[in-house]
Amino acid sequence: MTDRWQRFKKSALFHDFKGDKVAIVSFATLVLLFICAFSAPLIAPYNPYDSANIDIMSSEIPPVWMAGGTNDYLLGTDAQGRDLLSTMIYGMRISIIIGICAVALQAVIGIIIGLIAGYYGGKLDGFFMRLADVQLSFSYLMVAIFVSAVLQAAVGVGRFAEIAVPFLIIVIGLAQWPQYARTVRASVLAEKKKEYVEAARVTGFGAHRIMWRHILPNCMSPILVLSTIQVANAVMSEAALSFLGLGMPVTRPSLGSLINAGFEYIFSGSWWITAFPGVLLVILVLAVNLLGDFLRDALNPKLYKG
Amino acid sequence: MVAFIIRRIVQAFLVMFIISSIGFAIKHNVGDPVWQITGISVSKAERERIREQLGLNDPVYIQYINFLKNAAHGDLGQSYFYKKPAADVILDKAPATLELVLVSSMIIVVLSIPLGVYAAIYPKRIFSRVVMGGSIVGVSIPVFLIAIMGVYLFSVHLGWLPSFGRGATVNVGGWRTGFLTVDGWLHLILPSLSLSSIMLPLFIRLIRSEMMEVLESDYIRYAWAKGLKKYRIWFLHAFKNTLLPVITVGGVQLGITIAFTILTETVFQWQGLGFLFMEAVERSDTALLVAYLMFVGMIMVVVNTVVDIIYGVVNPTVRIAGTK
Repeated sequence: MTDRWQRFKKSALFHDFKGDKVAIVSFATLVLLFICAFSAPLIAPYNPYDSANIDIMSSEIPPVWMAGGTNDYLLGTDAQGRDLLSTMIYGMRISIIIGICAVALQAVIGIIIGLIAGYYGGKLDGFFMRLADVQLSFSYLMVAIFVSAVLQAAVGVGRFAEIAVPFLIIVIGLAQWPQYARTVRASVLAEKKKEYVEAARVTGFGAHRIMWRHILPNCMSPILVLSTIQVANAVMSEAALSFLGLGMPVTRPSLGSLINAGFEYIFSGSWWITAFPGVLLVILVLAVNLLGDFLRDALNPKLYKG
Repeated sequence: MVAFIIRRIVQAFLVMFIISSIGFAIKHNVGDPVWQITGISVSKAERERIREQLGLNDPVYIQYINFLKNAAHGDLGQSYFYKKPAADVILDKAPATLELVLVSSMIIVVLSIPLGVYAAIYPKRIFSRVVMGGSIVGVSIPVFLIAIMGVYLFSVHLGWLPSFGRGATVNVGGWRTGFLTVDGWLHLILPSLSLSSIMLPLFIRLIRSEMMEVLESDYIRYAWAKGLKKYRIWFLHAFKNTLLPVITVGGVQLGITIAFTILTETVFQWQGLGFLFMEAVERSDTALLVAYLMFVGMIMVVVNTVVDIIYGVVNPTVRIAGTK
């Protein structure tokens, strides 16, 4: 482990990272947000899932620095009287969990299909790539919105709320696999021609072993870059679905459903219920995107292909 | 070339067939149309009669064939809520969405080309850096958040612009347009800006990176060596080749734009297809959901096929790669 760390410290990636202020700041922001999100029960002043904290009498209290704000609620309260800061931290945890799990799912599907399509080629390749083309032309968000809408109509809103988290992971995961499959396939096609693959084949390794142990490790940099961008996309998709009422329910809000819940109240001047979750969402996505940009410039997957 | 076009059209029909199968599956499995038509105060015999009349007692494959036949004739079933053919409801609302998409596409084209080209020609200038920095911030802000911020700032706070609806519309041969009144244009400003906010940064970045790649190529270097004027090189020689990939991406982005009209129209209660779709979801109006799927699916398939064919005509390598 320490050996690996030493090697990483000497690598070009780490050297680039040290010289890039934007990358350092966005990485630090991300780490901070992740720590906040996953220690939510410890650092959040209130528990938003505890119905004892829902009190209509204390609803729509403005943030502490505004007239009418109290020291109890740093960023004010939402329409149900929950502490906005706590609800946001818990909401961010849901957004991050859904984002990462959805990307993990699409990565697994996309990598398997991409490897098989790229390595074997032929009819299988043609079929999967056409499928990817068709699905991409409908855009992942459209697919996700439509599937959620139909499922909600089929199972009813109440039941839907219970299964929202695994469901969102599956929907966003299934809606976005083509990007992975295409990227992996492109790098497999480039790697397949190289001598080390030929050598492995001559040595007598099976196709399975060559794909997973030889080719895949060499396709890691484009996968890494794509994964970063996809996490940002998945978090945005989840927010969009929740905003439309097709995602997380208000009782267990993600950042998107908080924005949605607050939207009704901006006309009465309670802008903070929408604004703070919105700002948090933008910071989260922006940090991931900036890090993705840095990785793309630093690893430059296109250059690697030669 | 002909073979390429035929193959592309066959594929388009295949995709439409798959979409219609999905549509039928949804219609067949989600919700009971008899209950949605009749409500609770209808006798069992009456219910059975309607069931027979609607053909719901036929075998599944006959229902499917009927569904396809009707869909091919433009009959997408009856909306349970509107008590009208779903296709009529869709066509009634389509102009609103098309106008919104049209105006925001114009905004994207008018702004992204000069900004992207400028950022490619002078990548080191401060303005280019601001544009590129701004574009990554823009990509990271969800469309509905921009819409909400717009509503809060310009409608609630400043009171300059209306926050919802289409305003005064004029009926021109069945097409209700907001283009002919000042009020209609005022109502268009915030929704179209919000809708373009997601694509604009993407296109700026795309045009910049394509243009930068083209500017590095040999034929541009040769053009410089010939001593051509710089504007001629930039806008005639380089820009033409930049446009090619941009057009293809543009076709693909249409799907995303339509998805985002759902978000934009929800915020602004814009009486278009996206708003209709969300209403249909809330009311479990399955027929309308399926009609929306078929309509939007058809638009996307047609646009993608046309874009692919145009691309094949302009760029022969696509055709050759496809035939092997």
